[in-house]
Amino acid sequence: MSPVLRVRDLRVRFGGFEAVKGVSFDLAAGRALGVVGESGSGKSTLAMSLLRLTEGAETTGEIRAGETDVLAAPKAELRRLRGGRIAMVFQDPLSSLDPYLRVGDQIAEVYRAHTGATRRAARAKAVEVLDRVGIPDAARRARAYPHEFSGGMRQRALIAMALALRPRILIADEPTTALDVTVQAQLLDLLGDLRAATGMALLLVSHDVGVVAGNVDEVLVMRDGEAVEHGPVGTVLRAPRAGYTRELLAAVPRMDAPRTAAPTPGEPLLRVTDLRREFVLGPPLRRRAVPAVDGVTFDVRRGETLGIVGESGSGKSTLARLLVRLLEPTSGRVVFDGRDLAGLPERRLRPLRRDLQLVFQDPGASLNPRRTVGDSIAEPLRVHGEPDPGGAARALMERVGLDPRRARDYPHEFSGGQRQRIGIARALALRPRLLVCDEPVTSLDVSTQAQVLELLTDLRHEFDLTLVFVSHDLAVVRQVSDRVAVMRHGKIVELAGTDALFESPEHPYTRELLAAVPTLDPRIPHGRGGALEAPI
Amino acid sequence: MIWYLLRRLAAAAVVLLALSAIVYALFYLSPGDPAVLACGRGCDGERLALTREKLGLDDPVHLQYWHFLEGLVAGRDYSAGPDVDHCAAPCLGYSFQTDQPVTTMLLDRLPVSASLAAGAAALALPLGVSAGLLSALRRGRLTERVMTGVTLLGFATPVFLIGLVLLMVFCAYLQWLPFPAYVPLTESPARWAQNLVLPWVALALIQAAVYARITRAGALETLVEDHVRTFRAYGLRERQVIRRHALRGALIPLITLTALEVAQVMTAAVLTETMFGLPGIGKLTVESVNSVDLPVVVGVTVLAGTVVVVANTVADLLHAAADPRVKLA
Repeated sequence: MSPVLRVRDLRVRFGGFEAVKGVSFDLAAGRALGVVGESGSGKSTLAMSLLRLTEGAETTGEIRAGETDVLAAPKAELRRLRGGRIAMVFQDPLSSLDPYLRVGDQIAEVYRAHTGATRRAARAKAVEVLDRVGIPDAARRARAYPHEFSGGMRQRALIAMALALRPRILIADEPTTALDVTVQAQLLDLLGDLRAATGMALLLVSHDVGVVAGNVDEVLVMRDGEAVEHGPVGTVLRAPRAGYTRELLAAVPRMDAPRTAAPTPGEPLLRVTDLRREFVLGPPLRRRAVPAVDGVTFDVRRGETLGIVGESGSGKSTLARLLVRLLEPTSGRVVFDGRDLAGLPERRLRPLRRDLQLVFQDPGASLNPRRTVGDSIAEPLRVHGEPDPGGAARALMERVGLDPRRARDYPHEFSGGQRQRIGIARALALRPRLLVCDEPVTSLDVSTQAQVLELLTDLRHEFDLTLVFVSHDLAVVRQVSDRVAVMRHGKIVELAGTDALFESPEHPYTRELLAAVPTLDPRIPHGRGGALEAPI
Repeated sequence: MIWYLLRRLAAAAVVLLALSAIVYALFYLSPGDPAVLACGRGCDGERLALTREKLGLDDPVHLQYWHFLEGLVAGRDYSAGPDVDHCAAPCLGYSFQTDQPVTTMLLDRLPVSASLAAGAAALALPLGVSAGLLSALRRGRLTERVMTGVTLLGFATPVFLIGLVLLMVFCAYLQWLPFPAYVPLTESPARWAQNLVLPWVALALIQAAVYARITRAGALETLVEDHVRTFRAYGLRERQVIRRHALRGALIPLITLTALEVAQVMTAAVLTETMFGLPGIGKLTVESVNSVDLPVVVGVTVLAGTVVVVANTVADLLHAAADPRVKLA
C-alpha cells in the first residue's frame, strides 16, 4: 500500500541554523508514527514544515501527501491540503482557538472554507463533530467561547475542527502536554478511537516517551534535528540501538523503577493542622470564598521527603506557599519546630525565614533578569548580614554543578536546567532546614530533569534537608519521596508511604490517577481500564 | 451588565463631582479677588461691587460651591437688587464680561468644535489603522520603514507647524482653498467641508500617527498568536485569517486608546482652532484666558473633564462588548 505521507531527506533551515537535518519516513493510512525528542530537537519544526507552516525557513527535500508535492504546491492547492488532507492539533489548547469567536463558529468557518457548505449546514456539522469528540450537550456548547471550555474540552474542539474535514492525516504536536494526566489519558483514547474509526494516519509529536509508547506503531527519535532512531515502537523502546535513545529512556522516571529504602523517620519538623486558605472571587454582592486549601492536616518529619501530588487546581501550589508563609492561611496551624507560623507577625517571622525556602517551578521567571546570577544567589546572604556573600555564592554555584566563573552572567545566558540549579543554589544559600520545591522539574527535559532530581537527592543528605516536593508528575514524586500525599479539590485524599501508596492505593481517585499515567510499555495503551467515566 | 453600567455611572459622577470641586477651588479660592477676575479689565468700583454681590462672594466658601452645584442641576439667578442675570440649568457660570451664561457660550461654539473633532477622527481612524496594518503586514520591507518614518514625523510635529505649512501651501501658494472661515453645516455642507478640510487634515495627521503606531504594535502581536497559526494551518486564505482572526485582537487596544486620546485631541484642538481662526470652544478658551474671563475658563474645564470621563466609560463598555472574555463586574 502506498503511504499517505512520504517524507524524504527533509531539511529545514532558518538562516544559518539547520533545525531539521535530513529526516525521512513513510506514514501509511490508519497507522501512527510517534516523533519524540527533547526541546530543540526539531520535532515541532518537522511537524510544522509538513504543512509549510514554518515561516522564514528554507525547506528542501521531499514531502508527498498522496499525489501532492507539498513543497512545490501552489497556494490554492496548499490551502486545500491544509486541514483538508492534513489537519493539525497544537500544544496549547488555551491559545489555539480564537478567543473572540464562538467555538462552533470557528469550526463552521473552517468547514465552509473547504467545502463551500451553507452557513446552516456548517453549523450543523460543527455540532455533529463536537458531539463526536465527546463534548456533552454539543448543540449548546457550540455557542460557547473558548474561555468557557476547560483545557481538555478546547483540545477536543480542535480535534473536532480537524475531524470535520475528514483529513487523511492528523498531526498532533504535543497535544496533551498542557493537560492533567487523567485528561491526557482520555484524549489519547479519543485519538486512538478516531484513528480506528476513520482510518486516518496519526503523527504524534511529544517530548514524553510514555505518551507516545502506547499510542503509535512506529517511533522516530530526534536529536539536534536528526532522526537518530526509527523503528517499530516495541523494538525501539525495548531494544534501542542508538545510544541517545538508551540515554533518553534511562532518564524517564518510571513507575516501576526500584526505589531505595526510606530512611528512618525522625520526629516531626513541621506540623500542619486543619490548614485552610480561601480566595475571594466573583462580582460584588455575589462574592464568595473559594477554598483553595480546604482543611489539610499532616506532619513533615525531620529528614524525610514528603511528596504532594495533584492535578491542576488541586491546591498543591497554594499549600506549598502556605508552608513557607508566602501566603497567610485563612485558618489552621503551621507549626515549624515548635512555633506556629500562622498569624506570626512578619517582624517575628523574619529570623525563621532563613530556615524555610522555596524552589519555584519556572526558573526563568523567578530570577531577576536584570541581575547577575551571582548577585541573585548572594542576595539572601546579604539580607541576613552574612560575611562575604559573593564568595559564598560562587561556592554554592560550584556545589550545584555550575561554573563559578559564570557568576557575572545573566539568567538568560543559562539553559533551563542550569537556571533551576541557580534557583536551588539561591534557596540553599541560607542553609534552610525545610526546602519546599513547587514543580521544580516540570519545565525541564527528561535528561535535565533526571540530573536536577539527582542533585536534589545529593543535597538533601549533604545539607540535612527536609523536603516537601510538590508535583503533578506521579513518577517523579515516586522517585524522590518517602511518603506521598494525594491532593484533590483542596483536600488530602490519601497520605501513605510511597511504596504502599503506589502498590496498593486505597482511595479511588489515587487509583484513577495511577491508571492514567502513561507507561513505557507499548503493549499497554493508557487510560483503558482506568475508572474514567467522567467526561473531561 | 446593568449592574456594571450603574456602577460605572456612579463612579463617573463621583469623579465629576471631585473635578468640579477641585476646579472651583483652584479658580475661586486662588489668590486674587474673584470679583476682579470675573468682572474683567476696566471694571470700576461700582460694577465690581455688583459682581461681588451677584457671585455671592460674601457667603461662606461651602455655600458658594453649593450654589455652583445647584446651578448645574437646577439653574440659578445672579442677582444684585433689581438687576438679575438668569442662568438656566445646567448653569456652568455667568460671564459678566460678555453678559451671557457660560453654557450658552459653550453651546454656541460646540458645533464648530464637534465638526472639527468628528471630521478629524473620521479621517484619522481609517488612515491610522490602515497605515498601522500595512506596516505590520509588510514587516521588514521598505513599506514598513517608510510608514514608520512618516508616523514618527507625524508623532513629533506640533499641530501648529503642520497647520502653518498647510495654510501656506494650499491657501497662499496654490490657492486651491480659501483661508478657512467657519460656515455652519446647516448653511452649506459643501462650504462647511471646504473650509474645514485643512484643520481636519492638520489634526488628523497627528492622531493618525498615534493610531498607526498602536495598530502596528497590536497587529504584530496578534499575527504571531497561536490561534492565527491555527487558521493558517486549516487552509483559510491569508486575507480571511487577517480580517477574521488577527484584526480584532489588534484593534481592541485602540478602543481604550481612543478614549485616552480624547484629552490630547482637545488640547490639539485648542491650537488648531486658534491657528485656523475657527470660532470653537478651543478658541473660546484662549480668548477667555487672555481676557481673564474666569467663569468661562471654569466652564470649559468642567466640560472637558466631562467629555473625558464619558469617553472612557463608553470605551470600557465597548471593550467589554468586543471581547467576550471581559466580564463586566
